[in-house]
This record gives sequence, structure tokens and C-alpha cells, in this order.
Amino acid sequence: MNMELSRRSFMLGAGAGLAGTSLGALGFGEIEAAHALTIRPFKLAQTKEVRSQCPYCAVCCGMMIFAAESKVEKGKMEVTHIEGDVDHPVNRGTLCPKGAGAIDYIKSKSRVKYPMYRKPGSNGFERVSWDFAMERIAKLMKEDRDANWVEKNRDGVTVNRWLTTAFLAGSSVANEGGWATFKVSRGLGLLQIENQARI
Amino acid sequence: MTNSWTDIKNADVVWIMGGNAAEAHPCGFKWVTEAKAERGAKLMVVDPRFNRSAAVADHYAPIRSGSDITFLSGVINYLLTNDKIHKEYVRNFTNAAFIVRDDFEFNEGLFSGYDESKRSYDRSTWEYKFGPDGFAMRDMTLQDPRCVFQLMKKHFAQYTPELVERVSGTPKDKFLKVADWVASTANGERAMTIMYALGWTQHSHGAQNIRCAAMIQLLCGNIGIPGGGVNALRGHSNVQGITDVGTLTAAIPGYLALPTEQETTLESHLAKRTFKPLTPNQTSYWQNYRKFYVSFLKSQFGANATKENEFGYNYLPKLDGIYDCIKMFDLMHQGKTTGLICQGFNPLMAIPNSNKSREGLAKLKFLVSMDPIETDTARFWENHGEFNNIDPAKVQTEVFMLPVTSFAEEEGSVTNSSRVIQWKWKAADPYFESRTDIEILSDLFVRMRKMYEKDGGKGKDAILAVDWSYKDPLHPTVDELQTELNGKALTDLKDAEGKVVRAAGQRLASFGEMRDDGSTDGCMWIYTGFYGPTGNMAQRRDNSDPSGLGVYGNWGFAWPANRRIQYNRASADPDGKPWSEKKKYMFWNGERWSGPDVPDYVPTIPPDRAVGPFIMNAEGVSRLWVRGLMADGPFPVHMEPFESPTGNLVFPKLKGNPVARVFKGDLEALGTSKDFPIVGTTYRLTEHFHYWTKTVHANAVMQPEFFVEMSEELAKEKGIKHGQRIRVWSKRGEVKGKAVVTKRLKPFKIDGKTVHEVGLPLNFGFIGETKKASPINSLTSAIGDSNSQTPEFKAFLVNVEPIAGPVA
Repeated sequence: MNMELSRRSFMLGAGAGLAGTSLGALGFGEIEAAHALTIRPFKLAQTKEVRSQCPYCAVCCGMMIFAAESKVEKGKMEVTHIEGDVDHPVNRGTLCPKGAGAIDYIKSKSRVKYPMYRKPGSNGFERVSWDFAMERIAKLMKEDRDANWVEKNRDGVTVNRWLTTAFLAGSSVANEGGWATFKVSRGLGLLQIENQARI
Repeated sequence: MTNSWTDIKNADVVWIMGGNAAEAHPCGFKWVTEAKAERGAKLMVVDPRFNRSAAVADHYAPIRSGSDITFLSGVINYLLTNDKIHKEYVRNFTNAAFIVRDDFEFNEGLFSGYDESKRSYDRSTWEYKFGPDGFAMRDMTLQDPRCVFQLMKKHFAQYTPELVERVSGTPKDKFLKVADWVASTANGERAMTIMYALGWTQHSHGAQNIRCAAMIQLLCGNIGIPGGGVNALRGHSNVQGITDVGTLTAAIPGYLALPTEQETTLESHLAKRTFKPLTPNQTSYWQNYRKFYVSFLKSQFGANATKENEFGYNYLPKLDGIYDCIKMFDLMHQGKTTGLICQGFNPLMAIPNSNKSREGLAKLKFLVSMDPIETDTARFWENHGEFNNIDPAKVQTEVFMLPVTSFAEEEGSVTNSSRVIQWKWKAADPYFESRTDIEILSDLFVRMRKMYEKDGGKGKDAILAVDWSYKDPLHPTVDELQTELNGKALTDLKDAEGKVVRAAGQRLASFGEMRDDGSTDGCMWIYTGFYGPTGNMAQRRDNSDPSGLGVYGNWGFAWPANRRIQYNRASADPDGKPWSEKKKYMFWNGERWSGPDVPDYVPTIPPDRAVGPFIMNAEGVSRLWVRGLMADGPFPVHMEPFESPTGNLVFPKLKGNPVARVFKGDLEALGTSKDFPIVGTTYRLTEHFHYWTKTVHANAVMQPEFFVEMSEELAKEKGIKHGQRIRVWSKRGEVKGKAVVTKRLKPFKIDGKTVHEVGLPLNFGFIGETKKASPINSLTSAIGDSNSQTPEFKAFLVNVEPIAGPVA
């Protein structure tokens, strides 16, 4: 696979070779080392590269995504650069105006950072813990399910359905998350289920 | 897509209609450019606007939104009248020869069986005539007056070029050039691809638009061959996969069906769908339905699915009707819904009749938004003046906004519109406290199950029956879920001689290994093999293409069975020889079917067995006549949109689609051409993706605000200047934005009268970095297609007027 020899490892190899031959051969010793410290390493050399795909339309253009340690969140990796995957047979390295700017989507000011909660009648969201949010949602759902569960229809047929809560599934969720979505939503007995296929 | 993006390069004619690939799928459109540059292919574009695809086309023909059936029927009539069809393909590979029942009738736009009070058809007369042997009757000479071919000739005869001009507003010469270019491919030597998107589906008769396209391609012999096909371009990155996996009201993964409440036992459900062949020697692949269904049940319920309890069949919810998004928001508006979970979904923007949607949302007890970004829906309760006019104090809905990882912060498989399943590797860590969809739903499900275990409650058995035996129930791994999608042997699988062919625990290599006795699982048969015994095929990245036909058979995995062109047996004649050297693809080599792709056929069945190439169909052939499979007719008929500037000029008695579902209030919310004389249509911009990228800085810089495209003639008539602010309103709502006065739109002449159309980009809203705008779907109506319930976003009625404000 051509991704094994990534661009990063190729450049690392090339850089080391250069230092070893030209400067080293001239015998500058310590000056060389001091000089080397002043040179900024290739940005690419510090990044981790993976192959991914564009989140927008269904052409699913191949993307090379580069990540480095986050400047905002210590200890985490964040995306630093995205470009088209030159090996991808469909887009062959190109990206459209949306895909080329996909890093701005990842870093959008509108990204939700924490679970947020809006009380009835309130004029704003407040930050809450995951545990609070999930416990409250689970409780609201169980209350509704218990109140409106239909075990049998009028003919006595077991129908096991729950019609008063609805689920809109996202068409950008990966297949594995999609299966988890199916399993949970049907497992709860939901019939009001839809995705973006129609719209 | 029946074919693939890279296959478009094999086309001799590219027909884009009901889509605008250059604008909405720019990097896929390069394959059109490739076909033009390398093969000398001709591109033709039919659209209400001279759009970005039209700008690079060899021929452009304008059409009034909503009149596609007449245009396409005109093409069908042209092919039949001028005998420009691929006769041997039509005779052998379609149901043209099948005889239809004597009591089938067609009068004034309506087929036999219409019940006006129920707005539906009794479709029993739309069936074939069956012989004493139980098989459908055929006349291979195509001369019988009741055969599909002769019925077709009669049915389409009235769609003359003159009628097309009168109804669709397409000048006769421009229409004829399209028809002529289509006809140039009806010979097995040349191929035409059809590329469409929501410009065809978002009509109250959208499914019949696609039917027309399929019929045209079958008449030309353009299905199953390189450079051919009917190709839905599709909008979201994984809309193909997320639909495959059954997240639609009546679906189960792999296009199996959720039970209805009439199907009280597993056997009664299976009996209806295990279709027996309708002609001798056919494969009728759905005979395997039960193997796929039982394997699905084993994945859903695990050890709780046993032979004794019909593999858990009765734990599944049973349908008493369908609950698509239009129905969903109608119920919500009636106050019948308690909660809504939006997973990467912004319904206040995306669902028709936004004012009705907003009122519906305000009646919810709770709303959960799982999304990487803030959506307009999550803030529906917030007052944004004229753009979202609401009093927060009066909204009692509890709202949760849960942060979800972005596409780059998770791994998994995604299916593109070519049906190719590809892997994305995780690039970065979750942003702040965001979690994956899998983690959030697992947390919810495990929490709820614990509550039921501890406190009891209704439907306890059904929720606890679901198999959730993941190693860490709060964090099922992508590997575990992918294994379930693929399927594995649960016990040693043996062949007829007792030899173990697949050991217990091993993943299955193909859906051919699935069994109906509970010894295999696998929730989605069409994906089986994508994570087979040899590893994760979605991760394959070999971009070699030995045939040079753009197949890329070792790149990812195309469902089903890694097949890149569907129905590809039809690329060879009945004797198994290629129709022509130019279109050589799959053929019989004397021993088996071979060629650059995986045959869509049993590889060792020789041509003389006369097994038809359309193995999923009980007929073994494709359908020009769809029997009772569509709600609104076995053939397409011209239907006007529910809001139209003209009556139905072909069948004056028809109002909209006579069998489309209409909810109370939605009929009253329709405007007439007296008050709203202008046709409105919505579309995407290349700089934006739906309602996401208005929150993205770069995109907001490129396209900062909502605008309305209109012709110079309309602008003059209304006294509107280029750049001036205008109001656009329908019976249901209004939007305001700048006028873009352009030559790209021209008034139509419909039945002698001038009809204007305006273009409305859909990407704006009141949350994000673009200038605030009202939801575009404030204008649209909540009536949908009678088969798919897809809303009629592409043709409705509006009016426009200039308003005060600076002219930019």
C-alpha cells in the first residue's frame, strides 16, 4: 500500500541524509549543531497523517488529514491541515471549495464543546455534565415510553411500538454508528425514524 | 448509482437533468470532463436555469420546474415512434413481451382501480396475465396488443414535441436535439449515462421521474453497461450507508422490511417477500430473503433469538403506517409527540413548511440535538426577530445540545454514491468534551436498560431482548459493530457432505453463506464480505485499474459482492457475447462469466439456460411496466405539482398527484397562481453544504448571504434592480434577500402564457456566520411524493416584490 511510505517518513529520511552529507562533511562540528537548532523543522514532519474522506457530499473525496498536538487542549491531537488524497481514484487529489475549507468546519466557532441544557421557558443554555444530561434524557424517555408504550393492538397482536418519540438519524454518521443507531432506536420500539435520504 | 463516478468516463453521451453536478458534486463532475476530453462525449443539460453544468455543456434545454414527466415521456415517444430502440435488449432483457391483464384500463390520466375517497389505487388489474403453467404470459414478437411494448406505444403517443413545448416550455428544436442524442445510444455501440439528484426526486411525482429515466435507459440498452446507468448523485457523505442500514421508518438493514401489524408471525412476513420466479428458469434472488432476515434477527437479538421464539421476531416494533419526516412533523404539530432526537439533523431548516415545524417543536416536552455544531433547530426557541420569531418564555421544551465528534475525530466505514464502502481513519482527538454517536447512544441505551431492570416498566422484555453483549457495553468498538454488519458463523457451517466450510466464530465471506436456521448472524446482507475472513476490505487502497475502464475493483468494497456496475450481465447479448467490442465488459468465456467486474449473475450459469440478467426480479428481466409496485401507476403520466402556474394541460381532471397523501391543513396551505403566479425552486450552492457551512468562516466569506435569482424580464416587470432587497412569499411564509438579476433564467411560454421562475439557494439560516435569513422552507409545502413521501421542494408558487433598503 502506497500509504505505508507516507510523505512524512519520506521527508524525514531526506532531511537526515542532507545533514549527514553536506554540512557534516565540511567539518563545522558545533556550529553545525547550533545552526541546526535555529532551523524550524518541516511542519509536516511533526504531524501525524491519516487518510480520511470529505464529510460533505456523497462523492466522498479522499482526504489526507494532518494532526499535531493541540494548542488549545493540552495532550490532545488536533487537525492542522487537510488536502485532497492524491491516491484516491475518484477525486485524484482535488477538493471543491467546501472540502478544501473543511478544517474551518472542525474549528467552527459554532462547535459545541460541552453538553448544554436549556430549561423550560429559559432564554439560554447552561453547561451541564454528561452524566446530568444523559440521566435526564434517559428519564424523560423512559417516562414517555412507559406512558405511551403499545404492547398489543386492538386485535391483540403484539406490536411493541413507541410512537410518541421520534428519531432523526444523521446521514453523515459512519456505517458502524448507523448500525448502533438502528439497534438502539428499534430496540426502544421507535417507528418515527427518518434520515436525510428524502430531503 | 447503478454505475460509479469513475465509470462516467466511458460514456458517449452524458445527460444531466434534475441535478447540477458541476455545482453540487464538483470533484465527481471531473469524470464528465474526462469523458468529454478523452472520448469526445457530448454533455447535455436540461434544467430551469442555465446552471454551472449547463455552462460547460454541448447542449442546454430549459424546462419549467415540475414538468419533467412530460419532457421524459416525450423522449420515450420519440424513441418508440422513430424505432430508435435497442430491440434485442428490449425483447430479451425487459418485460416488453409480457402480457397485461385484460381488465387493465387507462382513462383521462387515471389507471383502473382508482378510489377517489381513499386517494389510492386498487392495483390488482395492473398485473400480468398468467398461463396454465402458473408463469406470466409473453409474446416475444412484441405484437400482441396487450403486451407491455404495445401498451407503451399507445400510452406515450400523445407526448409529442409540440406537447412538450406547450407543457414544459422547452422549445421544440431544443427538445428534439436531446431526444436525438439519446437515440444515438440505442444500439449497443454507444452509451449514455443519466445523472440526477433531488431536482428529480423532490416532487409529488418524483419517483415517476426516475421511472421515466429507467425506461429510457432500458429502451436504449444502457443499463448494465460501462458508461451507462441511472445515477443518483446523492447529497450527504453517508446517505447511502445510513439508508442501507435501515434508519427509515419501515426499513431493516439491507432493504429488508420492518414487519407490519398484519404480519403476526415471522412466517407470514417472509411468505410475502420470498418471491417465486414468474417465468421459467429464473433466479429470483429474493427467495433468499429468509436467510438474510434470520441472520439480521440474530444480530439484533443474539442469544435471545431462538427457533422457538421465531428468532425474536415479535420483539420488533410492528408498523401501523409509515412515519416519514412529513408525517413526523404533522404529528408533532398536532401535539402528539413528546420527544425528538436529532442526530446530525437540522429539521427546522430541512423540513417543509418551517413555520409549521417551529410550532411543532414548541409543543415537544424535550428535544435532543446530537451534533458537532449548533443548529438552528437546537435554538428554535430563541428569538431572532423576523428570522425566527418566537417568545422563549412561552416555550416549555427542555433542550439538550450534546457535543459530537467531527468526521475527523472518529474512524469507520462510509459508503459513497457509487456504493463503494471506504474507510476513514481517525485523525484527531475529540474536540473538548465531544463523544462519538456510538458512545452517546450506548450510554443512553445502557442507562435505560438499567432503569428497566431496577424499576421495571412497559415493554421491558423488548428492550432487554436486544443483544448488547459488547465487551464494554458503554463503548462498543467499531470492530465489533462492523463484524455484526458483515456477519459470522455462530456454529460450524457444513456443506451437503458434512464438511465444515466456515468454522464457528469466523466472519462470512459472502451473503451466499447465510442460513435461515440461526447458525449465522449478520445484520446487513448486502455488506457481507466487506469485513470477511481475510480482513477489512473497506480499508483496501489499491488504485490500479488493469482494464482501464475505471473499475478500481481492489479499492474499498462496493456492495453487493464488490460489484462496481449493477446488472452487468446485461452488457452481453443473450448468447453471452458483448453487444459490441466498444462496450465489452462482462461476457461468457465458454466456462464462466468473466470480465473486469464481479458478475451480477451466478458465475457458472451458461447463456443457454436463458436465466435473465436481472436476477433480483422474479421476472428475470427489468421492468418497463412496474405492475403494482408503485402507488401512482404502472406507467408514468403527466402530473402537475400541487402548486402550479397552469392546470394539467394533458389530463385536465388531475390535480397534483391523485394518490399523494395530503394532511389536514396542508391542502388549505396551498396557494393559487392568481395570487402566486411565479414558480419557485430551491437548490444548493457549491460554496455551501446544506445548513452546516453557514457556521464555517471560509464558506461564509465565499457566499455570505441569501439571494434570489430571477430573469431580467421578471425584474423589469416588478421594478426590481440587481442587488436590491426583495421579499419572496408563498401561502405559507416569506423570506427576504437580495435580487440577483441574471440571464441564467428566462421566462417560459406555457400554453401561450408567460411564466416566470425564481431560483432560491437553500443554504442560509439564522445561526452561524452568514447573514441571518429565514429558513427557505418557510416557503415550501408539506406534501410529498406518493411513493417516497419526498417533499415537493423543487416546484411551488411564490410572488416577489421589491422592498426598501440599499441597492448593493
